[in-house]
Amino acid sequence: MSYICVKGLTKRYDDVVAVDNISFEAEEGEFVALLGPSGCGKSTTLMMLAGLEDPSEGSIVFNGQDVTKAAPGKRGLSMVFQSYALFPHLSVGENILFGLKARKVSNNERNARLEEVLDLVDLRAHVNKKPGQLSGGQCQRVALARAIVSRAPICLMDEPLSNLDAKLRNEMRTEIRALQKKLGLTVIYVTHDQVEAMSMADRVILLNQGRIEQNGKPEDLYNKPESTFVAGFIGHPPMNLIADAQMVLGIRPEHIALSEGAGLSTSVINCDYHGANTLIAVDYRGHALKFILQGHHNHPVGTPLNIQWQRGQEHYFSDQNGRRLAVPTVSHFLTEGLS
Amino acid sequence: MKKTNVIQAWLLLLPALVLLVAFTHLPTIKTIWRSFFSIGERTDTGFVIDNYQYLWEDDVLWQVLGNSFWYLIGTVPTSIIIALTMALWVNSKLKGRSFLRLAYFTPTILPMISVANIWLFFYSPEIGLFNTVLGWFGHDGYNWLGDPEVALTSIMVMTVWKEAGFFMIFYLAALQGIRPDLYQAARLEGAGSFTILRRITLPLLMPITLFVLVNAILNAFKMVDHLFILTKGGPNNASNLLLYYIYENAFSFFDTAYASVLTVLLLLILVLLALFQFGVLERRIHYR
Repeated sequence: MSYICVKGLTKRYDDVVAVDNISFEAEEGEFVALLGPSGCGKSTTLMMLAGLEDPSEGSIVFNGQDVTKAAPGKRGLSMVFQSYALFPHLSVGENILFGLKARKVSNNERNARLEEVLDLVDLRAHVNKKPGQLSGGQCQRVALARAIVSRAPICLMDEPLSNLDAKLRNEMRTEIRALQKKLGLTVIYVTHDQVEAMSMADRVILLNQGRIEQNGKPEDLYNKPESTFVAGFIGHPPMNLIADAQMVLGIRPEHIALSEGAGLSTSVINCDYHGANTLIAVDYRGHALKFILQGHHNHPVGTPLNIQWQRGQEHYFSDQNGRRLAVPTVSHFLTEGLS
Repeated sequence: MKKTNVIQAWLLLLPALVLLVAFTHLPTIKTIWRSFFSIGERTDTGFVIDNYQYLWEDDVLWQVLGNSFWYLIGTVPTSIIIALTMALWVNSKLKGRSFLRLAYFTPTILPMISVANIWLFFYSPEIGLFNTVLGWFGHDGYNWLGDPEVALTSIMVMTVWKEAGFFMIFYLAALQGIRPDLYQAARLEGAGSFTILRRITLPLLMPITLFVLVNAILNAFKMVDHLFILTKGGPNNASNLLLYYIYENAFSFFDTAYASVLTVLLLLILVLLALFQFGVLERRIHYR
C-alpha cells in the first residue's frame, strides 16, 4: 500500500461539486504536483488532506492510518500556505517554534531543532525580526522552516511561490526541490503554474472541474496527453488542436518547421516576436496554426509559408469526448499534404 | 512657491486649529488661570493658592476620588472582559448571530437619559424589577440607589451593561480582521483552541484592547449623566464621582474657582493615565 492513499474524495458545497470522486496515491518521498486552472478543485483537495475541510465522501489514508476524520494537528503533516500564514506578532524564531511549543516539545530539543533548521533555510541573521520586517522571499523561507521543523513526514504546499517575483520563484523552485530530496519529504504541491509542476514534481496530477484529467510523470503529460484538455493545458504556447469530420488532430507549435517546397501551403496571419524566438500564426484552409521559429521573423500578413512536421509527432483525440486515440487508420486532412 | 505652500498648509490646518484652540486649549488655560486668581466668585484676589490648599482639607473630595477609583476598577476590566467574551461568542459560527450582535449593541444606541430612566425602574425599591424578582425567592430586596453600601455598585452594574456592548463591536471588527489562514496554520501545528486564543487571538487583539482601555477609562471619568437621573451623587456622596462633583461645585454651589482647581486635578489624572497607557503598554503591543 502506498504512503498516501486517497480514495473517492468528494466535496460538495450545497449544489456545487468542487471535488468530484478523486482517487490517487503517492509513494514515500515522492513529490506530487496537483496542477490545474483556478476553480479546478486542487486547493479544496489539499484542504481536505490537511483536515481543514471535511470531505463529503471518500477516505484519506496516510501511512496505513485512516485520517479522514482526524484533527489537522494529528495527521503528521505540515503545510506551507500561499499567504505564508506567518504570525505577525511573533518573531521569526517564535514562528518556527510555534508548533513545537504547542506540542510541548522540551526546551533543549526545540532549540536544537531551531538551530538545525535556521541553517537549512539560511535565516540565522533574521531570527529575532518580525515577519513585517522581512522580504517576500524571506517570509517564504520562514514558512518553509516552520513546516520542516515539525519533522512531519508529509508536507502540503498551497501555491507557495505565487506571491514571489519571477526571479525569486525560479530560485525557490530549485531550493524547495533540493530540501525535499535532502529530507526525504513526501510533498503534495498545489499549483496553477505548469512550469512549476513540470520542473519540480516526480508526478503531476492534472485536475479539471473537480476531476483528474491525467495522473503521470511530467514527460507523459507532455508526450502523451490523455485528453484535449491536457493537450491544451500543458505546453506553452498550447498545442494546436484542429478538428475534422472524424477526429481532432493535435500538433505542438515547437514541432512545426518551415519546409522548402513540400508540406502545407499556408499564409501568415500574425508574427509575435518574443526575443529568442518568434511565434507565428498561419492560416491553412481556414484553420489557424501556431508555431515557433528561432530568432526574429517579421513576415507581412498574407506571406505564403510552407510548413511541415515529422510524421508521428501529431496526436489524435476523439471528437466525441476528447480522449486520446491510437494512431488512426483514416488520415486527417492536415496530414494529407505531408510527406 | 515655497511661501504659498506654507500659507496653504496653515489654511488647511485652520479649521481644526480654531476648534481645538477655542474649545480645548483656551478653556484649559483659562481654567488653570482662574484656579490661581480667584476665591469663590471673587476674581480680584491676585495670585493665591488657597484653592489648592483646600484640596487637602476637603473630605468630600477624598471620598469622591475613592468612589472614582473604585468605579474605574469595577467597570473598566469587567466591561472589557465581558465585551471580549461576547465578541468571541458572537464571532463563532452561530445561528441568529446578527440578531445577537444587534441585541448587544442596543444599549449603545439608546440615549443615556432614557437608559438611566429605564434602570431607575429596575432599581426602585418597591415596584422595581430587581426587587420583584428577589421577592419571588422570599428576599426583601435592597434599596439599590438609596443605600450608601450598594448605590455605587448599582451605578457600576449599569455602566458595565452599557459599555460592554459598545466595546464588543470594536472587538468583533478586530476579530474579523484576523486572517483565517493564521488559525488554519495554528491548528495544523497542533494548537488547541485555548492555545490559539492565548497565543494568536489575544495578542492580535492588543491594539484594540488598548484603544478600548483608553476609551473605557475616559468614559469612567466622563460619567455624569446617569448620576443626574439615578442618585445625584447621593446618598451622602456615596455614589458621587469626580466630574459630577466638579459640576456640583461650579453650578450648584457656584464656587467656580474651586471647580477650576478640581478640573485641573482631573486633567492631571487623565494626563498621567494617558502617559502610562501610551508609554508603557504601547511598547508591548504589535501593530499590524
